[in-house]
Amino acid sequence: MTALVLRELRQAAAGGAALLPVVFFLLVATIFPFAVGPDGPLLARAGGGALWMAALLAALLPVDRLVAPDRASGVLDQLALKGISEENVALAKLLGHWLAFGPPLMLAAVPAAALMKLPKEGLIRLEIGLLIGTPGLAALTLGVAALTAGLRRSGALAGLLMLPLAVPLLIFGASFVERGNEAGALQLLGAVSLLLVAGAPFAAGAAIRAGRD
Amino acid sequence: MSLLVLDEIACRRGGRLLFEELSLTLGPGEAALVTGPNGSGKTSLIRLVAGLLRPAAGVVERGGAALADEHLALDERQRLIDALGFWVRDAQAGMEAMGLAAFADVPVRMLSAGQRQRAALARVIAGQAPLWLLDEPANGLDADGLGRLAAAMAGHRAGGGAILAASHQPLGLEGAKPVALG
Repeated sequence: MTALVLRELRQAAAGGAALLPVVFFLLVATIFPFAVGPDGPLLARAGGGALWMAALLAALLPVDRLVAPDRASGVLDQLALKGISEENVALAKLLGHWLAFGPPLMLAAVPAAALMKLPKEGLIRLEIGLLIGTPGLAALTLGVAALTAGLRRSGALAGLLMLPLAVPLLIFGASFVERGNEAGALQLLGAVSLLLVAGAPFAAGAAIRAGRD
Repeated sequence: MSLLVLDEIACRRGGRLLFEELSLTLGPGEAALVTGPNGSGKTSLIRLVAGLLRPAAGVVERGGAALADEHLALDERQRLIDALGFWVRDAQAGMEAMGLAAFADVPVRMLSAGQRQRAALARVIAGQAPLWLLDEPANGLDADGLGRLAAAMAGHRAGGGAILAASHQPLGLEGAKPVALG
């Protein structure tokens, strides 16, 4: 299991693949003020939502490298022959993917929040929200990656599948940054994220098995 | 004690019945050679035994198995010895058996087709599984590679292992049970 997680991290590091979502996230944070204008209070109010939107789109980027290459190269078949269940493979992929995606995104959120003129409490709430929400985003990416692994030009379809499912994360994450926890947004964010993390290995495992026929 | 028991299995792919009522038992030291024209279900039979496909009917029982098929399943960026080392404990032994020891430090993506085939077989050889599943193991191998494959298979059978191979070419599997498909 550890070897599998390490392998995922190695794949993410290879060729800077793990950097891509982070760079994309920062790029959106840089461009957004150009579109809205340099109005500080307005930026600060919209900033939390914009950054969550950016995080969601950044989570989409690795969708085509998570499962499809391992399926095509036979790695998933060889793991099955070693007696490792598809669910365990998916769990290892989820862990490895989150480690390569979540913490770097949280680091990138610091300069991104500054670009959005978010106040200090806003940044702290964004970081807490990302810590709780990025595992859910990673789980969604993995599930969609496994579902679309056998399809050609799966990128657009993956987006169509994933973005609607990520709406709850977006609502509660952005609301927590803007208004704090007065409506229980953090608990709801945690609940949604937990549900996604708990369900993704089973959905992805079943999709990998079904993809062999 | 049998290493592989196939009991009246049938395989259906894309709505087409490839074979049915196929039974086969392999004990220690035994081998079976699957033959048949293209599309007769040789690869499907191997994948079925590997547990990667489900039979339309019948039962497959087997212990631990190792598979070498058209998919290399090694990380292309890694050195050969590290890529094999992810799967097996003693990658060196497998590479020596297939004459790859000199290429241990070469990245997998630089290997030729024949060397890739040798690498897939090296993983099976080093894997210490009692049952070997070989799908067209002779593909791309030169005379030296074929000799090494035959020697490795003989050694595996002498050590109490069993082999199920599908091939168009003669593999030098003496006394192998013939399984003709199609």
